[in-house]
Amino acid sequence: MAMKTTSAPTPDNTAAPAQDWTGSEIVLKALVEQGVDVIFGYPGGAVLPIYDALFQQNSIRHILVRQEGGAVHAAEGYARSTGKVGVVLVTSGPGATNAVTGLVDALMDSIPIVCLTGQVPTHLIGNDAFQEADTTGITRPCTKHNYLVKDITKLATTVHEAFHVARSGRPGPVVIDLPKDILVGRSPVYASPTGTARRSYNPRTEPDPRRIEEALDLMMKAKRPLFYGGGGIINSGPKASELYTQLVRATGFPSTLTLMGLGALPAADPLFLGMVGMHGTWESNHAMHDCDLMIAVGSRFDDRVTGKLTAFSPGSKKIHIDIDPSSINKNVRVDVPVVGDCGKVLAALLAGWKQRKAKADGKALAEWWKQIEQWRARDCLRYEKSDKIIKPQYALERLYALTKEREDVFITTEVGQHQMWAAQFYKFQKPNHWMTSGGLGTMGYGLPAAMGVQIAHPDALVIDVAGEASILMNIQELSTICQYRLPVKAFILNNQYMGMVRQWQELLHGGRYSESYMDSLPDFVKLAEAFHCVGLRATKPSEVDDVIKEMIKVKKPVVVDMVVDQAENCFPMIPSGAAHNEMLLGPADKQPKPAPKKPGGGPISEEGMVLV
Amino acid sequence: MSAAASRGSKPSKAKEAIVSTVERHTIAVLVDNEPGILARVVGLFSGRGYNIESLTVSETDAREHLSRITIVTRGTPMIIEQIKAQLDRLVPVHKVNDLTVGGPHVERELALIKVRGTGEKRVESLRIADIFRARAIDSTIDSFIFEMTGSLDKIDAFIKLMEPLGLIEVSRTGVVAIARGNQGL
Ligand SMILES: Cc1ncc(C[n+]2csc(CCOP(=O)(O)OP(=O)(O)O)c2C)c(N)n1
Ligand SMILES: [Mg+2]
Repeated sequence: MAMKTTSAPTPDNTAAPAQDWTGSEIVLKALVEQGVDVIFGYPGGAVLPIYDALFQQNSIRHILVRQEGGAVHAAEGYARSTGKVGVVLVTSGPGATNAVTGLVDALMDSIPIVCLTGQVPTHLIGNDAFQEADTTGITRPCTKHNYLVKDITKLATTVHEAFHVARSGRPGPVVIDLPKDILVGRSPVYASPTGTARRSYNPRTEPDPRRIEEALDLMMKAKRPLFYGGGGIINSGPKASELYTQLVRATGFPSTLTLMGLGALPAADPLFLGMVGMHGTWESNHAMHDCDLMIAVGSRFDDRVTGKLTAFSPGSKKIHIDIDPSSINKNVRVDVPVVGDCGKVLAALLAGWKQRKAKADGKALAEWWKQIEQWRARDCLRYEKSDKIIKPQYALERLYALTKEREDVFITTEVGQHQMWAAQFYKFQKPNHWMTSGGLGTMGYGLPAAMGVQIAHPDALVIDVAGEASILMNIQELSTICQYRLPVKAFILNNQYMGMVRQWQELLHGGRYSESYMDSLPDFVKLAEAFHCVGLRATKPSEVDDVIKEMIKVKKPVVVDMVVDQAENCFPMIPSGAAHNEMLLGPADKQPKPAPKKPGGGPISEEGMVLV
Repeated sequence: MSAAASRGSKPSKAKEAIVSTVERHTIAVLVDNEPGILARVVGLFSGRGYNIESLTVSETDAREHLSRITIVTRGTPMIIEQIKAQLDRLVPVHKVNDLTVGGPHVERELALIKVRGTGEKRVESLRIADIFRARAIDSTIDSFIFEMTGSLDKIDAFIKLMEPLGLIEVSRTGVVAIARGNQGL
């Protein structure tokens, strides 16, 4: 795979019918027709023909990452902030295996990705050839669908189908494995997208009108209703969030949102109760437990949301709106399943609500709100303030306060306590501005994702709220960030611990902090400088504002080392295996706490100990 | 899905779903006959912890490149519903039909059964085969291979009877099934 710099004949797209193309040219032509303007990738032997073709065109920009895992997360960030399909190009073998984590991440969070992987030539497949891996075998359970192209005449249609599958229905990652002989071979066959889908694949987007009526009937009768919105609303496009907001307001029902759904309803709306789930708010989780009607919109009753299943919202009827029939009745039995695209279902519900001139049961709803306000008054996110040591919550409160005037702020995160605090303290007012690894919980997601967001929104303020442990998992991407002059901000809440691990060890494992302390951390300021970024540090609360302001002001990539309280825990917390109304609150909460379940026992039952 | 989903919402329903009884279902799946399709189906079952009692697959429409997979599986109603939804989600899957809930259908399996024996045992095995309408398709001085088609129970019963008579080995196709009446999948 020696590099050649001699230029091949330029493809002439205007030529006569006798024209043919190489496989690589067909791939790029198809990408352009799919509206692709940027690819995140990393070269290698098997994909050199595509890189050669890339070199000779100007329609598609290639972003050279520093590890293939970074490419997929970057494409995810790009996709989530634009609603477009993110595109990845990696070589065979290790290139493909490095991409696997990102693919599963995109699968779990339903992010549209098309990942092109190189493959050894067809005749060598199965021979344990150099850099051969069974990529379609490995990625089969990691993707929504995957392809191995063995016939160049089917190449263009395969690429088009891959985009269609990735973006339609419940979105997800799709892999196209491309043997090198296909990439260098020539063919006169090129097909443009036809718009007609494959016969076996036609996800249902229009809801069944009878289900809409049933849902409206329940909504009109409800005494303690609750909307429970999730990432499906975001995936359906900004219009769905608008409709969701309108429906919530038209009914006057309270709404909670999942980690993935934040931004679907403006956080400033008084009808918003905050996030639900393991680190959700007191009011959201209690409302989930006590409601008599739950309207799940594009949310999937994930175990991080439901807690103990047998105690999950025991007295409620449930309406479940989801584009994926397999999400319905998977964990929790529901009463009215509505299969369809969130946007379309919400439009139908809103139209029906208006047409019926429907009114909620006003008296009951007022009672319900009274109860909710009592829960809200508990002020569950309260924390003990300090003027000596930076509390991570304080850093995030200030980050929000100092950026909220801007329209173009995108927040990504890594995984851990900082992620949950970001979800709790950053108030998202609109969709597609919050990207976090929800389903897979992938440390190392945030920095490359921020990179992808910044590529799509060059002038925006893109901040990766990070933990010092997570960010090291893809820290090499600072080099990419530098190369493309992306003014990404890495905002590290440095507690020198894998904080979330430490918190669980404190609560579950008798405070034995086994391998959760990070020794020999880099000096993040110097590290930033080594990558030609700006490094800033705050060690006292009084320095926080200045550092944040400076971070925003500098038109360069910045790494902020926020040295925060090492011992802080993230509350509220529903211990695993517990019910929503068995939530734990932090030390700032002075109300009496329930006694441990068994004498001397912690807050977690034996049943809960086995749960993740 | 609807019938099961619109059940009453007693507070104990989550529990009820968990302890509810395990059922056996026969599911017919029409798929594009393309590389990897069987791996997708089998991987789905192993990855999600569903069980497969039997699985048969073969192309049934050469012109359209369609294969038909027949799966016999066991699970609670909630799991069975999941299995069908998950199968239907696979891109090359055209149709998923639960024959068990779809009304009357026929299920058949083919088995090859090798029995070794001489003298009275040999005669007895032939006699029983005759009663079960199993055909001897190969024989040596001291062995037979019987071929039989029938329902699972019938084949099980025959094999049981062959055990004391010198059963050597069995090869079974797994269940194929089709709905009764004039409608196709
Ligand atoms: C790739 C990966 N490995 C391990 C974990 C398990 N895990 C979850 S949170 C966490 C600690 C994260 O530490 P840090 O990034 O410093 O964040 P903090 O919790 O301290 O805010 C770990 C190890 C994970 N989520 N992802
Ligand atoms: Mg940390």
